[in-house]
Amino acid sequence: MTARLTRLPATDLAGLIHTREITAVEVTRAHLDQIAAVDPAVHAFLHLDAEGALAAAAAVDERLQRGDPPASPLAGVPLALKDVFTTADMPTTCGSRILEGWRPPYDATVTRTLREAGVVILGKTNMDEFAMGSSTENSAYGPTRNPWDLDRVPGGSGGGSAAAVAAFEAPLAIGTDTGGSIRLPSAVTGTVGVKPTYGGVSRYGLVAFSSSLDQGGPVARTVLDAALLHEVIGGYDPLDSTSIDAPVPPVVQAARAGASGDLTGVRVGVVSQFGGEGYQRGVLRAFELAVSRLRELGAQIVEVSCPSFDHALPAYYLIAPSECSSNLARFDGMRYGLRVGDDGSRSAEEVMSLTRAVGFGPEVKRRIMLGTYALSAGYYDAYYGQAQKVRTLIVRDFAAAFERVDVLVSPTTPTTAFRLGERVDDPLSMYMSDLCTIPANLAGNAALSVPAGLSDEDGLPVGLQVMAPALADDRAYRVAAAYEAARDAADGGPLAHRVPDLTEDRLPSPSMDTEDRLPSPSIAEVVGL
Amino acid sequence: MPTISRDEVAHLARLARLAVSEQELDLFAGQLDVILTSVARVNEVTAADIPPTSHAVELTNVFREDMPRSGLTQQQALSGAFAAEEGRFRVPRILDES
Amino acid sequence: MTVGTVKLMDYDGVLERFEPVLGLEVHVELSTATKMFCGCANIFGAEPNTHVCPTCLGLPGSLPVLNGAAVESAMRIGLALNCSIAPWCRFDRKNYYYPDIPKNFQTSQYDEPIAVNGSLDVRLEDGSTFTVAIERAHMEEDTGKSLHVGGATGRIHGASHSLLDYNRAGVPLIEIVTKPIVGTGDRAPEIARAYVTALRDLLRALGVSDVRMDQGSLRCDANVSLMPRGSSTFGTRTETKNVNSLRSVERAVRHEMCRQAAVLVSGSEIVQETRHFDEATGTTSPGRRKETSEDYRYFPEPDLVPIAPADEWVARLRATLPELPWQRRARVQAEWGLSDLELRDLVNAGALDLIAATVDAGTPPAEARSWWVAYLSQQANSRGVELAELAITPEQVARVVALVGEGALTTTLARQVVDGILAGEGEPDDVVAARGLAVVSDDSALTAAVEQALAAQPDIAEKIRGGKVAAAGAIVGAVMKATKGQADAARVRELVLARCAP
Repeated sequence: MTARLTRLPATDLAGLIHTREITAVEVTRAHLDQIAAVDPAVHAFLHLDAEGALAAAAAVDERLQRGDPPASPLAGVPLALKDVFTTADMPTTCGSRILEGWRPPYDATVTRTLREAGVVILGKTNMDEFAMGSSTENSAYGPTRNPWDLDRVPGGSGGGSAAAVAAFEAPLAIGTDTGGSIRLPSAVTGTVGVKPTYGGVSRYGLVAFSSSLDQGGPVARTVLDAALLHEVIGGYDPLDSTSIDAPVPPVVQAARAGASGDLTGVRVGVVSQFGGEGYQRGVLRAFELAVSRLRELGAQIVEVSCPSFDHALPAYYLIAPSECSSNLARFDGMRYGLRVGDDGSRSAEEVMSLTRAVGFGPEVKRRIMLGTYALSAGYYDAYYGQAQKVRTLIVRDFAAAFERVDVLVSPTTPTTAFRLGERVDDPLSMYMSDLCTIPANLAGNAALSVPAGLSDEDGLPVGLQVMAPALADDRAYRVAAAYEAARDAADGGPLAHRVPDLTEDRLPSPSMDTEDRLPSPSIAEVVGL
Repeated sequence: MPTISRDEVAHLARLARLAVSEQELDLFAGQLDVILTSVARVNEVTAADIPPTSHAVELTNVFREDMPRSGLTQQQALSGAFAAEEGRFRVPRILDES
Repeated sequence: MTVGTVKLMDYDGVLERFEPVLGLEVHVELSTATKMFCGCANIFGAEPNTHVCPTCLGLPGSLPVLNGAAVESAMRIGLALNCSIAPWCRFDRKNYYYPDIPKNFQTSQYDEPIAVNGSLDVRLEDGSTFTVAIERAHMEEDTGKSLHVGGATGRIHGASHSLLDYNRAGVPLIEIVTKPIVGTGDRAPEIARAYVTALRDLLRALGVSDVRMDQGSLRCDANVSLMPRGSSTFGTRTETKNVNSLRSVERAVRHEMCRQAAVLVSGSEIVQETRHFDEATGTTSPGRRKETSEDYRYFPEPDLVPIAPADEWVARLRATLPELPWQRRARVQAEWGLSDLELRDLVNAGALDLIAATVDAGTPPAEARSWWVAYLSQQANSRGVELAELAITPEQVARVVALVGEGALTTTLARQVVDGILAGEGEPDDVVAARGLAVVSDDSALTAAVEQALAAQPDIAEKIRGGKVAAAGAIVGAVMKATKGQADAARVRELVLARCAP
């Protein structure tokens, strides 16, 4: 029973709960059992709230028992929340030592909206520290492993959310996407991940990495599930000045329409910049197969050149670190979180520096210093200023492209999941993972990743990225849903079901010990400067 | 383009309130240099008449009504504090910078 | 910190050799109901950390939303200062670490302020006008407040630790910056003071701030430099902070001129730095050394969207501008029939706007003038403060006068009521009630007092009965004394005469 329940999509679970064939409590228990069985190996969760989840599920059941309608189409369905959204009843650490054990005195808007919708929050998922990373290896609490191959990374920064969904620990999860942190993990774990239009989902209570790029969004195993979750969390929030005061695009309707499998008249642009050198052969072959499927569904395929996309990666690695250097300044040990070295003799300034030295990991420090450099007088114009101009060019390239086509497609990421430790000491190669996902963040438009089968050389999942104009998120859902239906039909079932069964005694390989990485310096080390 | 020295890294670390060990100075100097050299490619784009984009979605004039809204209690405000006294956050002595 | 003996040049000596250049930066806390970027109440003097929320505490995940009323106040200030309102502007982040700024950046306008290029005409004591050019008025947020523990007298030096209260963090601030003020000569200190006074009156008339320098809702930083006579190259400037009264503005500028001249004449150079004004000694001492390139790493605030005031909005706000102080002056001079000299005296005494406001509150002009230039001026003098700094409002004065008019107070009692208001005892009616100052017009109480007085002085009673009506004054005086001045003297006299009627 448990195994069957956890394999069901959210849509089916909600249906069974709302018709009272099963209870939300049973569904929650089934997922908690699955977590108990597989999470020691996967390590998708940083914090579990079994008690709170069961209480929330019981509340949904009571309401249904009273004869009241469900609070939302997803009432009673469990969900894994990325540990970057504040929760008043659970710690919020952002994968960082500097926030270890911090309990926010408030709920993020996304958290509150989920609760009001009757969605059952199981716990908080692992992530690269402050969402900076492409592998979830930058978590201060140890890496998450890819359920498809425990020696490999689940992508990042939201590896915990994607792995939880891929390993059937939750049917739904919330991620955040600044440069690909929802889409990349989804691509390499065989799940669906959506970055909504910037401003489509409230950022209030989302601990900021790069404010002008960050966007929360859904992770699921099917396009329709993602759409349902998108409609729950989307919409205007007066607490977020950049929130768009417009109705949520009709994504559920689009996902349902797309599932009928007809894409006649839909113009699909293949971005010519994304391919060739640096791309894994198996990824490109899977992508080409996906494009030919779209053609079979009636879509008109055209090649579209977006020349400025070549500069998206460097622009991103200036803008995001610049904003992060300012956003993360508040972590200084004065009002909350870790404080190091306050022995009565040191000044506030010294204690701040020690706290940040011990509390932040190496990637966060690198980006803070990179951003500090890029914003400095004398360098601003050549770095930050120039990056903002590249951003304008990318917006223009998208605008020109969307005059010719309805959506753009590309591989979500150039390679399948790499091995733990493989890129830890080479930041640039790590950054290459975000090559295809970054333009949509810089321009603010909608983009998603949908599973595009397995790479024929390593048997690991590949993602198809579908990009749509801002506020036309529904277009991406329609194309993805049509493709998903065709692929499932061709494969004889959902890709997600081909993930190895982790409930068998399969222990993680000890090949990668997190202790091997350059640790943050100890107090003694930094004090002894 | 850039070659970033240990001294510059030390300066950045000071600006960013990061105590760095000697070992980290070398490591970061090398890594930042590689990254900065790579991202300097943004300068390949001729920038003469291109306006900068700071916001992904263009909105203007988003305002709040001047209506008080209940916030946190003193206890909630201080709940995460390392140390508190007399309803205030206790912090180490502040160097005179004002 | 070492405080060496500071040599000063005498003021005339300074002016023989140098021409002062001023730059004044005034910070005004707006009196909006809520803070700049969150809905926390904007209240002075509350229990620490009780008007805070995730946003003004800078908690992770929190976001700012701009207070529309603060933007309107900023625009009205700009318009009243004859500034142009920017058709498009935004906020930046000013990045620096300090425990009183919760995010370790201040959200502030930088190179795109909401109002630019204005001017303010300042009236000087001799009746002439000096025009101060305004560079800009921009919006920003205030910091929290630190309490330094363990050092001497709460100063930061020598403190063992500090305690932080963030109630003030995020309170809306407008910073008004002048262009360099040149050509003032010996009147530099007077012009500095007159400028801040004029600005304060303007802000009060606009109703955008309570402009209390003593509470920090109006703060002035004075930049002073000297250039040798005949030169047009500005010298190195210092910025003096903590100038908390109008008088201090004048003293601080004068002191810096004399100090800088002594430094320059001795062959040394002026250090570009922030200096701290000491009210007690009237001197300035060095604070933080300002590095030539302080690196605040400004960049556009991504969490706020730009402000683009439409022409109609600006026009609507322009129409809400009240009668401004200089317009009011011209009007009342005509209405009250004042000569230029009388007007100037009232302006110099800082009384004109107060009198006008009192008249607006219903008091006849002559009585309003009498109160402000006589009794209240004495009170201000004895306290060593400006008339406007007295803790009484024109509305309160008007109420006191009205109570006299109604016969509820005598002039003597009215002064006691004013004393009570100045002592912070509340509104006029509260003081009357609390101090029991109402005129005693109850005949039975008065009759008893009259009979007692007559009984105590039988010889005088005899004289009155004998027709010497003038002798009644002594009895009236005794009754007034017995009732502590609360009796209506005219009524007492009537009762005395009635009792002694032959």
